[in-house]
Amino acid sequence: MRIIQFREALREAMQEEMRRDPNVFLMGEEVAEYNGAYKVSQGMLEEFGSKRVIDTPISELGFAGIGVGAAMAGLRPIIEFMTFNFSLVAIDQVVNSAAKMLSMSGGQYNIPIVFRGPSGNAGQLGAQHSQCFENWYANCPGLKVVTPSNPYDAKGLLKTAIRDNDPVIFMESELMYGNKGEVPEHEYLIPIGKADIKKQGSDVTIVSFGKMVNLCLEACQALESEGIQAEMIDLMSLRPIDYDTLVQSVKKTNRCVIVEESWPLAAIAGELTYMIQKRAFDYLDAPILRVTGSDVPLPYAPTLIEAYLPNVKKIVHAVKQVMYRN
Amino acid sequence: MAKKNVKIETYSKEVTLRWYHQMMLMRRFEEKAGQLYGQQKIRGFCHLYIGQEAVAAGVESAITPEDYVITAYRDHGQALARGVSARACMAELYGKITGCSKGKGGSMHFFSKEHNFLGGHGIVGGQIPLGAGVAFAIKYREEKKVCICFFGDGAARQGALHEAFNMAMMWKLPVVFICENNLYAMGTSVERSSNVTDIWKIGLAYDMPAEPVNGMNVIEVHEATTKAVQRAKNGEGPTLLEIKTYRYRGHSMSDPAKYRTKEELEKYKELDPIANIKSYILENQLAKVEEIEAIDEEIKTIIADCVDFAEKSPYPDPSELYNDVYAEPNYPFIME
Ligand SMILES: Cc1ncc(C[n+]2csc(CCOP(=O)(O)OP(=O)(O)O)c2C)c(N)n1
Ligand SMILES: [Mg+2]
Repeated sequence: MRIIQFREALREAMQEEMRRDPNVFLMGEEVAEYNGAYKVSQGMLEEFGSKRVIDTPISELGFAGIGVGAAMAGLRPIIEFMTFNFSLVAIDQVVNSAAKMLSMSGGQYNIPIVFRGPSGNAGQLGAQHSQCFENWYANCPGLKVVTPSNPYDAKGLLKTAIRDNDPVIFMESELMYGNKGEVPEHEYLIPIGKADIKKQGSDVTIVSFGKMVNLCLEACQALESEGIQAEMIDLMSLRPIDYDTLVQSVKKTNRCVIVEESWPLAAIAGELTYMIQKRAFDYLDAPILRVTGSDVPLPYAPTLIEAYLPNVKKIVHAVKQVMYRN
Repeated sequence: MAKKNVKIETYSKEVTLRWYHQMMLMRRFEEKAGQLYGQQKIRGFCHLYIGQEAVAAGVESAITPEDYVITAYRDHGQALARGVSARACMAELYGKITGCSKGKGGSMHFFSKEHNFLGGHGIVGGQIPLGAGVAFAIKYREEKKVCICFFGDGAARQGALHEAFNMAMMWKLPVVFICENNLYAMGTSVERSSNVTDIWKIGLAYDMPAEPVNGMNVIEVHEATTKAVQRAKNGEGPTLLEIKTYRYRGHSMSDPAKYRTKEELEKYKELDPIANIKSYILENQLAKVEEIEAIDEEIKTIIADCVDFAEKSPYPDPSELYNDVYAEPNYPFIME
């Protein structure tokens, strides 16, 4: 099969959907003439023109709101945040307008919009450019939250997100844009709300999403060399969450480690743990463990980042703990 | 409002040489930082100040160490102008514990309380209300100080600026808003970000005194800022200065700057602010060539020394991770 980069997969998804539906447009900082800060939208201005691939000033609150308004009037915007760190400037329009509109209008105004961009750390970028927002947005009813981990999933999920009639938060990573993977030429869609078992195993369930999935798969390899067969579940959607797939896996393996880049308090991991203990309490052979980012703003120094972030060693250690193999 | 001051005085040897020294230090520091970035000694985002030196230097000479300065992520020049040592700045770029933010901030987040330097801020426009807030505190405590609040042309399009301008003006806060208009916000030229391309005119919407200033000339920056600072300290409220300048390098280290022409860059290099003050000094016979060369030599030593210092300094120990997050000493972090 053909191999393309993550950024190309995203671009293809947007291009295909824009060819299919004239109501879809892309708006954000540097998306048009600069071809995207991370070159995701390269060539799109040329193909679709400045009516549909639109550069904005650095005015996130304004253009997020303009997107929501356009969606109220029947368009299907894709709003790119250069990174989700900057979505904080716009979060009022995402949460108070996009997420709540359908409900507070008694079902009259649905908001078919995609807010997309990278989330989480991308190296030594300091505290204000490294935050994870998956759990922030997943907390909010009215939104859907999607976090692909490879080019194939990214393309299929983004196409679905653009066709979705509700607001979708679509989170990527600067560190994944260059990742390569198999993506077929033919069209396909991946449903929102379904997890994907990235690796089958019987000894322990490792759950994660987004770029941490790739770290978990590395950890699975390391564990295999020690005779531990981990099952790796990529949630892919964080709202809604595919609890069934997760609970089924834990019922099989009886052990679970959750890996998440965000801060620990009120993270997705806590939510998953709740549902597992509720639905599979009698199946658990060990307390569920999580590996998360540290409970501090991410500093710049490499030594502190090393201490802060989840890594293969920390994941392997947690797995061995739930297997009582230390 | 846009009219130029008539220059009546010639600036002294001391003042002009200090400007030269400061600007040359910024220039060489940034050139070195650029090199070291190439060697991956410095990581992350790194935004150089080369070309804009007259802004930081001309503002600094218009204020006192007791006054405050706050800026965005393009903050190396302002920190050096405030008197933060080249050692502390370079060590911060390296992420070493001896840096001005203990290696926790990096290029974008230089801070120095000792120098009333309130930081380097990474969210475009975020520091604009902060600057007004510092001025609020000055007024509240009835001090005779000013806060200088820098931001870029791109930041002028953030909502936070408009809200802050309105309140700062309504409450007559002692703040000088300085837009360093270097013509681009990443790849977006000022013309492509608004119909209002004279950014100083934004002040007029709030009845805020405002004017454009030639940022390639340190004397013009100094004079315009001095007036604005006086106004603030006299209780007359804020001023907006749009200081027109230019960055010679890309937006950050990863930007090839294909959105502008070589001719444009060359045109601005001919207006170089350092060459400018150097010829002013020589033409007015304020100092001899040898004295200027001695400054160049001194700066070479400072740069070599700060790199050596940064190289030899240790990284923060991993145990530093939980320090400096809360003012409370024994905050119960989640550790499992
Ligand atoms: C709210 C926000 N949006 C986007 C960015 C990404 N970004 C960083 S710098 C920059 C351009 C800012 O340009 P300007 O204000 O002119 O300052 P300059 O870099 O020219 O000094 C952008 C878009 C950001 N840091 N914060
Ligand atoms: Mg600019």
